[in-house]
Amino acid sequence: MVLNWKTGGLLLGLVFFAAVLLVKPIGVSTQFVILDGIVADAVNPDFITQTDEGYTSTNAYMAKSGGKYANSAADPLNYSFIFVLAMAVGAFLSARLRGGIDAVERVAPAIWRENFGDTPMMRYAVAFLGGFIVLYGARLAGGCTSGHMMSGMMQTALSGYIFAAGAFAAAIPTAMLIYKRG
Amino acid sequence: MTSILLAIVIGAAFGAVLDRIGATNPNWIGGMLTLRRLHLMKTILLAIGVGSILMFGGQMIGLVDVGHMSVKAAYVGVFIGGLMLGAGWAASGYCPGTGVCAAASGRKDALFFIAGGLLGAAAYMATYPAWKATGLLDDLAGGKVTLGSIPGSSYDGLMSVSGDLLGIAIGAVFVLVAFVLPDSLVGGGETAEMPAE
Repeated sequence: MVLNWKTGGLLLGLVFFAAVLLVKPIGVSTQFVILDGIVADAVNPDFITQTDEGYTSTNAYMAKSGGKYANSAADPLNYSFIFVLAMAVGAFLSARLRGGIDAVERVAPAIWRENFGDTPMMRYAVAFLGGFIVLYGARLAGGCTSGHMMSGMMQTALSGYIFAAGAFAAAIPTAMLIYKRG
Repeated sequence: MTSILLAIVIGAAFGAVLDRIGATNPNWIGGMLTLRRLHLMKTILLAIGVGSILMFGGQMIGLVDVGHMSVKAAYVGVFIGGLMLGAGWAASGYCPGTGVCAAASGRKDALFFIAGGLLGAAAYMATYPAWKATGLLDDLAGGKVTLGSIPGSSYDGLMSVSGDLLGIAIGAVFVLVAFVLPDSLVGGGETAEMPAE
């Protein structure tokens, strides 16, 4: 069962605060780029190369801002990358402790089944396409729901409000169109 | 090494809380984005408000290092990217962080979301120079700016008012909205008790 919104909101707010108190605001989507960089460099070792100042890449995006992303991909044992791996561990343990998710729900969520029946392949295709658009958009925007919307608005960053306005302007009509029931 | 330890502790806490508030569950995301069940919206608004009040309060009393702030640049692409993310978020029920957490909690469709995400991020890496050339990534209104001017911050403020006090005030508004927002804005929410979990 899901936590009461007052308890859940307070806990989530405390996590945001702990992050900015101890290290920096939370962000996630950059790590998809870092993992892509790690994979690309494993396939083609020339993708990321060492320079006098650090690292750079043949890819302009990886090489931007003084090779910031190239540097992280060359050394994945950094705060932000480990943070995302730890998120997965935390969610795994939390889900286990509340009894896990049943087999039907694991394939496609109830709201999907209520609208489209038992169509796992279509669900997987939509999840895949959704993931593509989400991460393409997040990188274009320079952050996602975590970095822009939550951390950004928490810091009163102008970019956070612009992002949230765009995200909800598209998300609400899209959800209403696709999920008429459930 | 301390930073790795902190990454593990804070990351795990974040993942666990996302799981417990329903953010990793597409049924709850769908309920929120169709405006039929706003429980998760209330949770998130409260969290942003609490985070904001504690952070700016902490900065005012010197507990929180202002240098820890990390403000992202504003540009037209932020809005376009937001639109794209919103559409994909609504369709799939996942965003980058919650997709990773959902996959870890056993959801198979979330694995497809992550695979699509890795490809989408790679596609952006490949097309970045084209976006850059359009000027849509150029700073808007000063780029990395906050609404108020925060003492000791390296980011400029859009307004000369105290960024700390404004941050606390906006945080309080988020908390207030969380409280006054109804459980549902569109009919049908009450019939859908979350099944199958």
